[in-house]
Amino acid sequence: MESGKQRKWTLGKVLRSWQLYVLLLPALVWLLLFAYYPMYGLLIAFKDFKGKMGIMGSPWADPIFKHFEAFFSTSIAVNAIWNTVSISLLTLVVGFPVPVVFALLLNQIQNSRIRRSVQTISYAPYFLSTVVIVSIISMLFSANGLVNGLITATGSKEIFFTSLPEWFRPLYIGSSVWQTMGFNAIIYIAALVGISPEYYEAAIVDGATRFQRIMRIDLPLIMPTVILMLILNVGNIMNVGYEKAFLMQNSMNTTVSELISTYVYKVGLQQAQYSFATAVGLFNSVVNFILLLIVNLVSKRFSDISIF
Amino acid sequence: MKSIAKKGGPARQSAGDRTFTIVNCIIMTLVTLVIVYPLWYVLVASLTDPVIVNSGKLLLYPESFYTQGYARAFAYAPLWTGYRNTLVYTVTGSAIALICTIPAGYALSRMDLPGRRGIMFLFTFTMFFNGGIIPLYLVVQNLHIYDSIWAVVLPVAVSAYNLIVCRSFFESGIPVEMLEAAKIDGCDDFTFFFRFVIPLSSTIIAVMCLFYATSLWNMFFNPLMFLSGKEKMPLQVVLRDLVLTNQATTITSSAEEIAMRQKLAEQLKYCIVVLAAAPLLIVYPFLQKYFAQGVMLGAVKG
Repeated sequence: MESGKQRKWTLGKVLRSWQLYVLLLPALVWLLLFAYYPMYGLLIAFKDFKGKMGIMGSPWADPIFKHFEAFFSTSIAVNAIWNTVSISLLTLVVGFPVPVVFALLLNQIQNSRIRRSVQTISYAPYFLSTVVIVSIISMLFSANGLVNGLITATGSKEIFFTSLPEWFRPLYIGSSVWQTMGFNAIIYIAALVGISPEYYEAAIVDGATRFQRIMRIDLPLIMPTVILMLILNVGNIMNVGYEKAFLMQNSMNTTVSELISTYVYKVGLQQAQYSFATAVGLFNSVVNFILLLIVNLVSKRFSDISIF
Repeated sequence: MKSIAKKGGPARQSAGDRTFTIVNCIIMTLVTLVIVYPLWYVLVASLTDPVIVNSGKLLLYPESFYTQGYARAFAYAPLWTGYRNTLVYTVTGSAIALICTIPAGYALSRMDLPGRRGIMFLFTFTMFFNGGIIPLYLVVQNLHIYDSIWAVVLPVAVSAYNLIVCRSFFESGIPVEMLEAAKIDGCDDFTFFFRFVIPLSSTIIAVMCLFYATSLWNMFFNPLMFLSGKEKMPLQVVLRDLVLTNQATTITSSAEEIAMRQKLAEQLKYCIVVLAAAPLLIVYPFLQKYFAQGVMLGAVKG
């Protein structure tokens, strides 16, 4: 935290720091052009945007929430919102505990070379692109792929994983967990390394089993980190990456794979309904941001941990 | 070190602890297999006769060594254009990202920078709220960079998360005393940054290179939105086209046609997946000590 004396800044101070501002300049230009200029563009959600007239010149929508109302009156709206919320909640419920458990168990491996090798291997999927991940899914789970090969070998009938709507979520979530487990565990593993050995020594003297040491020492001590990560995750609940859903989407599974973000892409860029798509996207961002604020507030109240 | 406590363990391990250790070893072995096998499978499949691969057998090693897939992959022109484009975008993009992020990270780490908290907030805010794809698309058009390399690399030139990682690095890595001593010697901020800070920053530069290069190498959606010509598309888009072409035929074509094309395309798919994934998978183990550090720096409250 900065102390009070640095708070008071004068013109002289600003001028004396001009070189620091020059160092900041490229990032500030980026911030202006690619972060806040698009936010200004959100105005078109309340306008009838015409390319030739520009953002300012286009007429205001009448009524002002016209595009939002139009979205909610489509049959897709409820479905897309439901799909977005359910897939991210499921990903969170299934995927969030996995890296924590992985870190706790990995920490119990005593041979440091094995421990480090397993950790290194666990990062690998993180470096694969979404396209590669979805390609691997389609290879392993295709009609004549490995998984169906194993299924038919046991005498069962093959399952068309990639086209059956009920398999979209399991594949989506399973591959996400597979991809991010190792990377998300880094932070917990680091927190575990930082635990003072005295705790373990005392616990061993008291006759605590390994399992008890995990539950009574490791877990409570990494809890603040876990909660912080949970806030960040919950605060992004509506921000489901469209890339993966878009890539896994096909005409057979749209009932579950159409998310708000994929819908925005389709209407916005493929059908060029800019104002309408921006309104849908804005709705999504605002709901997400409100959720983040609520989670942050709740956590601040009960655990004193917050991101702002 | 906590290993002291742990090393004392084995001799007086209780039966319960021993069971725990065994179960834990089994779990870790399974986890490792689940992570490695799909990758191994794709690699083996890219080197195996497609007839065997398509029978859905469990592949452990290339049964009949088959290199025609790679021969065809290398003869597949879009692959090379894609590779070249991806390389150009990754190198240019990472360079621009470093120029934007490293100096800014340092400036924001300086407690005496007027307006530091406010500027930091403006950056952090972008992590939680952004204009979305349509407004960004319009910006790219307004700046007249649509369908050029700049449309691919500039929108991702700064990530607020990486900036925070950088700032944390400089906050903890460059002692205030050093700056004060340099200032007494008449050093200005530029000289201090280029002569003293940069030479101490190899870790953070490596971390940033890896983070930005990974995301640029794997980028798929921005090029798809902001480029129009096929010859400008990066590797990921080429790969997607192959995968999706397959899906499209499954839906519309006749049965024999599907079988034919499937067989031809399948092998190529495996090879191109391997070629697209290999560079990063080969590089990351050497840099893992750095990026683990990077992740931790980012965890320091933003």
